[in-house]
Amino acid sequence: MTPLLVIENLRSFYGVSQALHGVGLSVGRGEQIALIGRNGMGKTTLLRSIMGLIHDRRGEIRFDGASTIDRQPEDIARAGIAYVPEGRGVFGSLDVVENLVMAARPGRDGHSNWTLERVFEVFPRLHQRRGHGGLQLSGGEQQMLSIGRALMTNPDLILLDEATEGLAPLIAQEIWAMLDIIRAEGIATIVVDKDHRSLARVADRMVVMAKGEIAFDGTPAALRAEPGILERHLGI
Amino acid sequence: MNAATFAVQLLNGVQYGLVLFLVASGLSLVFGILGVINLAHGAFYMLGAYLAYWLSAYTGNFLVALIGGTAIAFVIGLVLEEVFVKRMIGRDHLAQVLLSFGFILVIDESRQILFGKDVHSVPPPDWLKGSIQLTELLSYPIYRLALCVFCLIVAAIIFFVIQKTRLGMIIRAGAENRDMTRALGISFDRLNRYVFAGGIALAALGGILVAPVSTVFPGMGDGMLILSFVVVVLGGIGSVAGAAIGALLIGLTDTFGKVFFPQVSSILIYVLMAGILLWRPNGLLGKQGH
Repeated sequence: MTPLLVIENLRSFYGVSQALHGVGLSVGRGEQIALIGRNGMGKTTLLRSIMGLIHDRRGEIRFDGASTIDRQPEDIARAGIAYVPEGRGVFGSLDVVENLVMAARPGRDGHSNWTLERVFEVFPRLHQRRGHGGLQLSGGEQQMLSIGRALMTNPDLILLDEATEGLAPLIAQEIWAMLDIIRAEGIATIVVDKDHRSLARVADRMVVMAKGEIAFDGTPAALRAEPGILERHLGI
Repeated sequence: MNAATFAVQLLNGVQYGLVLFLVASGLSLVFGILGVINLAHGAFYMLGAYLAYWLSAYTGNFLVALIGGTAIAFVIGLVLEEVFVKRMIGRDHLAQVLLSFGFILVIDESRQILFGKDVHSVPPPDWLKGSIQLTELLSYPIYRLALCVFCLIVAAIIFFVIQKTRLGMIIRAGAENRDMTRALGISFDRLNRYVFAGGIALAALGGILVAPVSTVFPGMGDGMLILSFVVVVLGGIGSVAGAAIGALLIGLTDTFGKVFFPQVSSILIYVLMAGILLWRPNGLLGKQGH
């Protein structure tokens, strides 16, 4: 079975400065990938490159067998990738329901597993706050909204940047629990977070980035067996 | 000043503000969604007034001029977006300003060829001629009242679309964060075209509506362009509600300024703008903290 996402020799540039130096990565269907590394090592750039939001990107990215390296963000989203950015990207001039409804779309194979009702079912907090403007929400509620909005596009892959950054531990627990639900749905994810211990519990594979390259790619158990890697690349 | 005079000035101020809102909301939407500065917006306002003159002179029917003029402007907008403007999206503002300055030259020259440079007046439709007597000495033209009502209806339609439809959600989201909106699978190609054409149509509609209460002359768009920019900056770029508040503020300030402080009336709206921007640098309803 071919992988869902294949990245080969990906190089991304901001003007003249190169942020990714030949990244290779493959993600299987329904696979949960944890992406870790220090700040500025290229994690966000990698997610933005996959989403088509980095203009100057070279190499090859194939999603579901089709190349997306030259495609626009809206085409990539329609192909089945959803993005939950750092800072959540919630629309402040839209209320909770509008934030969700504006993104609603059936998936590639026509399924609509995720509807407004379903998102409200897994995030009851959003239902309570449904009439509020996007920026009137707390950080945790905004993150739930951003994840809910991504699910409304019925994607095959979700890119989740800084999943629990700035969230209270209890709210972070809810986000991790949500990742289990997403996995149970068969949706693949690439999750960036600082909390590598929680990531190791939920992820199928741990990918460590350093200086715009992949420094390690393996199971959580394999990463635990090589403590030097975490020490070197996360300072732990 | 007695109550009747005050009422007349108030109506004039509101009417001015409402027309300004139609024109400025078009400018604001185009800038908010396409990110394109359209200096030719005032020229389309002027073109609308000339189309009103031309169509009502030919057909003798103002309603035809109203609908026909707006439709012509919309089609011109579609063509210009497809041929020129879409190449300017994401380019620096200088390139956009130069392109839209080119539009001004072409529109002015076309107006010269088609309609000449004479000053014209456009009669209001027969059923809206005449005035309502307010007191023994004061009366108010029915057309101006009808103009207010019509502008309010158009404003209500605009607000309905922006606030209540999925298209409106996408427009608000796109004005706020274009990349995020695209990353949710929403393409701006078609939206850009219709927003641009709609913006142009609103400018022309403003010119058509104003034609029966003012004179139609070549430079009439220049002042409107500047006022529209003031309204957009005042209200917050891309915010239609902000444009509504800004336009009414400008309309009332200008009208009452001319009555109460005639010596300084020409700078009052700029004082107002400076004051509001000191208080809220991104405009009344603009994104704060950027």
